[in-house]
Amino acid sequence: MKRKLNHWSRRLRLTSLAVLAVALSGLPIASVASGATTEPWAKATTVGFITVGANTDEGYNEAVYSASLKVASDLHVKVLRAANVPETQQVTTVMQQMVDDGAKIIFATSYGYQSYAYAFAKSHPKILVLHQGGTYTSKFPANLGTYFGEAYDPVSLGGMAAGSVTKTNKLGFVYAFPIPQTVDNVDAFELGAQKIDPKAVTYTVATSEWCDPLKQKSAATALISEGADVLTQHQDCQSTVIEAAKAAKVYVVGYHYDAQSLDPSGWLTGSEWNWAPLYESIIKTAQAGKFTGSKYNANFIGTFASGDNPLQLAPFGHAVTSAVKTKILAAEAKLKAGGSIFTGPIYCNNGKLLVPAGKVATPAAINQFTCFVKGVVG
Amino acid sequence: MNGFEQALTTGIEGGTIILYPALGELIGERAGVVNLGMEGCMLAGALSAFAVGAITGSAWLGVLAGIGGGAVVGLAHAWLVVKRHADQLASGLVLWFLALGLTSVLGANYVSQTVTPLPVINVTGLSAIPWIGPIFFEHDSLVYISYFLVPLIGWALYRTRIGLVLRATGERPEVVSVAGRRPELVQMGAVVLGAALAGIGGAQLSVGYVDNWFDDMTNGYGFIAVAVVLFAAWRPWLVMIGAYLFGVALAAAGVLQAHGIEVNQYVLDALPYFVTLVALVALGRSGGSRAPEGLTKALTNSS
Repeated sequence: MKRKLNHWSRRLRLTSLAVLAVALSGLPIASVASGATTEPWAKATTVGFITVGANTDEGYNEAVYSASLKVASDLHVKVLRAANVPETQQVTTVMQQMVDDGAKIIFATSYGYQSYAYAFAKSHPKILVLHQGGTYTSKFPANLGTYFGEAYDPVSLGGMAAGSVTKTNKLGFVYAFPIPQTVDNVDAFELGAQKIDPKAVTYTVATSEWCDPLKQKSAATALISEGADVLTQHQDCQSTVIEAAKAAKVYVVGYHYDAQSLDPSGWLTGSEWNWAPLYESIIKTAQAGKFTGSKYNANFIGTFASGDNPLQLAPFGHAVTSAVKTKILAAEAKLKAGGSIFTGPIYCNNGKLLVPAGKVATPAAINQFTCFVKGVVG
Repeated sequence: MNGFEQALTTGIEGGTIILYPALGELIGERAGVVNLGMEGCMLAGALSAFAVGAITGSAWLGVLAGIGGGAVVGLAHAWLVVKRHADQLASGLVLWFLALGLTSVLGANYVSQTVTPLPVINVTGLSAIPWIGPIFFEHDSLVYISYFLVPLIGWALYRTRIGLVLRATGERPEVVSVAGRRPELVQMGAVVLGAALAGIGGAQLSVGYVDNWFDDMTNGYGFIAVAVVLFAAWRPWLVMIGAYLFGVALAAAGVLQAHGIEVNQYVLDALPYFVTLVALVALGRSGGSRAPEGLTKALTNSS
């Protein structure tokens, strides 16, 4: 019912905005980019965060939520939050509502928000819109930025942990869609595992959903019955797969969030988002009126090498021996010094050469990987 | 256990989640009321079951709460449709939206909590039968109860007086009225009972199968249940076959991929819908079961 009301108030608002836009379009407006000190979001005191799932999903959305709490207390800004916002026109409604409530900076944190976020940025030049996980391919408007972390490096470290405990040499990976982000993760996981266990094979199951517990459970069951004794995933909500692993007494490597408490004996490690430093850096840049033209007014990717990767290695579980920990931490140090898990020679599982010997894949190339590497089944 | 057995075993467990609401829908539709809000009843059942299971530590108390949760949504539908003569389709959809919103809000604190699930019980003797045993007799109790429920509902509908009255209500409520029964009460009872069964389906999902609560976790399976009833031509055994087929095809998608058998992902996604549809259309043709007359009227009059 509330949604319906919102719908109407949104219509009214949109109509008035449209009228305003038409009225303004005839006026000669000075280019926003020309005066950096007059950025409309300078000294912003209200920031909005929009998430697609629940604040307590022990996954992607909880990571954003936790960081937004930290932003509020560290920067003394008012934080507006909207959770469970579907990837539809509704996200536009929510963004408009946040603007009405005084937000000057909005973080739209789900991949599927991208078209709405870009459109909103274009129609609201005085509002700073940041989209998490997308890539914007045209010339960036002054008030738009996308940002993400280099996920595959920490994921490869989780793969090493998996390779160290597997007895069957079979690892299981549950994912949603074979988008480059996911393909990179699966490949990095397998390559990491091979560093410890050269015979490790990663079996994959796609669910075509970011969070469908029924499909996740049957995917996990199928992988376990195939012989996988370590499970990992690229899903938004991770507890179904962890529960399934726990029931079958196999190990898990987490993603998005430290979920060790769900399965203390099976948890190896994982990758967890620590968004707060990046959010705070973006907000401070904006408050200082220096956003336009900055590195955030682009497709920003935090990496281990540049020391600003929002995705970090999660705490180790009891099953990881100290010898393995040392190896993993050494590998992490190497990545932070500029190394890469995608160092050739790397072959696709169809035999095609992916990265030539002695070469390191560039981030741009990695973001276009479409093949699973040798050792991945799927 | 090989992949084939695995798909069947997982399929029975997953199919049971659809079987309960489908049986519920069957009862309601036999009495002349469509409930498109089965998805909402399942969500209410799944959350009630999970919340009570998490608080009390007893999954069985959770299942009871799930029955209650589903029934409450069903009662709302019954009141709107039977007492207030609201449009059946609209009422069902509105209640689905309402349940989706309410369970998302009320359930926020339960997301990612865990619950002690319903235990898997291996039926002594039967589970030792090669092949059949692991597929049918190594599940939680709600699966076993559904084995009895299907013949029970078939018997009650076609061999008992109450079943006759219920079916008559779905065909010609006036006749029932003349015979001295109150068709309104029969319909309300059938809708609430059906919704309670959907609540069990939700409970099987949250505390029987995945041991989790997520908002919108039913992901459209309540609508599949409604579709299964239609294509099964309102016959309990066919409903059971349809629900299991859907579950098995869903499980097969995972098993095939885990096996490394390359099938297009989107073809696999379509598989459960395709298999269930084709099988039920083929099976449903024979036997000459037809839509309850009251239902046809309700559906053609609405809009």
